[in-house]
Amino acid sequence: MIVVITLLPIGAYAALVIAWIALTAASTVARLGPLRLSRGAFIAAPFLLAALPLIFVRPEAPLGSVDLGPLRLTISGEGLRIFTTIALKSWLSVQTALLLTFTTPFHDLLDALRELRLPRIMVAIIGFMYRYLAVLGEEAQRLMRARAARSALAEGGAGGGTLVWRARVTGSMVGSLFLRSYERSERIYAAMQARGFEGTFRHMAGRSVRRAEWLAFAIVVGLLGAFELAAHLWLPRL
Amino acid sequence: MTTDADPHRHEHAHAHPVRGEHVHGHDHQHVDPGDVDADLEARWVEIEHLHYAYPDGFEALRGIDLRIARGERVALVGPNGAGKSTLMLHLNGINRPGHGSLHVAGMTVDRRNIKRIRAEVGLVFQDPDDQLFSPTVFDDVAFGPLHMGVPPDEIHRRVERALEAVGMGGFERRLPSHLSIGQRKRVSLATVLSMDPSVLVFDEPSAGLDPRGRRQLIELLRSLSQTVIVATHDMRLVADVLPRTIVMDEGLVVADGTTVEILGDAALLERHGLERP
Repeated sequence: MIVVITLLPIGAYAALVIAWIALTAASTVARLGPLRLSRGAFIAAPFLLAALPLIFVRPEAPLGSVDLGPLRLTISGEGLRIFTTIALKSWLSVQTALLLTFTTPFHDLLDALRELRLPRIMVAIIGFMYRYLAVLGEEAQRLMRARAARSALAEGGAGGGTLVWRARVTGSMVGSLFLRSYERSERIYAAMQARGFEGTFRHMAGRSVRRAEWLAFAIVVGLLGAFELAAHLWLPRL
Repeated sequence: MTTDADPHRHEHAHAHPVRGEHVHGHDHQHVDPGDVDADLEARWVEIEHLHYAYPDGFEALRGIDLRIARGERVALVGPNGAGKSTLMLHLNGINRPGHGSLHVAGMTVDRRNIKRIRAEVGLVFQDPDDQLFSPTVFDDVAFGPLHMGVPPDEIHRRVERALEAVGMGGFERRLPSHLSIGQRKRVSLATVLSMDPSVLVFDEPSAGLDPRGRRQLIELLRSLSQTVIVATHDMRLVADVLPRTIVMDEGLVVADGTTVEILGDAALLERHGLERP
């Protein structure tokens, strides 16, 4: 789905709307509520900043310009079109990813990655990352709470310190978080060794993919392919 | 009768120590040469002149001599930095002795035997977040047997049995991060029980548990038939569950006897920064 969205042509707003309707329908069927994904996907909005210059750097179809002292920015219609498409595409792609993670338990995703022949070490790393993200987050939170607990404001004082000083405190917090994680990794490794780990990950054959699932997979891929084709050939573009 | 002295100078109980009746400073008891098994049972865990220094030169163990019989329950107490954790890591070969030797179940702990030793000695670490590193409870409990090369059917049986034994049956598909500390501690124990060890070594098993979790842990420890070695500061736990106590300080065994004797010796406890329950 993500690949399909990414490959849609520029300005294919009709196709994007259809994709959004499909995602929303899927989200409703999965009992997530129709608009949960659409709202959640705004989390990726800051990344759009990277695409923002496109509005100004394309030379085609100037719409007008903005004066910024010595700089004169020309807004390009073509650039605006590209930017809008990218924004919508990324918004929809994030929704797709959210749909997957909301509906599928994480270990099933790992099994799927394994089934798709991703190297074991990669699967193991992703598994560890998922397992320890929460632990790391808690540790970071404890550090921040410890800082907050001692960030009292003396009466009449300015408080807070200079920006440099604060940056230094934050820096050393990051450093200590790194050291803690490093030490934890050593302890985890000891725990793995203690249970017979010798450098190669083994995994029990999980449940294998059933024929019906392959069939469903093929149908979905077929439908998506047809949709992509239709978007390129027939659906209107602006 | 406890001794507070350099272990090199005194003999440890080489006798057949019946649980709870650990005789100290006794002469070698006669062991019938034909009865090799009984002799082995009496020396199920045997540590001789164990020295260990960390790469930075710090001498963590300065000559440990110990003998623990099969099925005994032993407390390992002492202040922080006494060498308890270092000793525990030796028991299944994660640390290699600088000097001296260790034997478990008649096998020398060395590179050759390492796989069998790790199946024989189950190490339960203090922080369950270190012990439980897999995506699901099932994966974690299966990790040991899987890496021992146990066939899949047998792994499923063992996982089920181990989780049953710690009262966590039915939690196979749960995520470790979604369990309470007490539950995580119990799953940690299951992860080594599934390897079917004869010796269980715990590091601070009661740390961080609320009273209910602690009570469940104590019942669990009582229900185990394996040889149990517990490193802890929790003297009430020692008094409740572990009939024999070994006191370590500065890399040495400074006292070894029945828990009743050791905990009754206020001067000894005071000297080594410990307290009575």
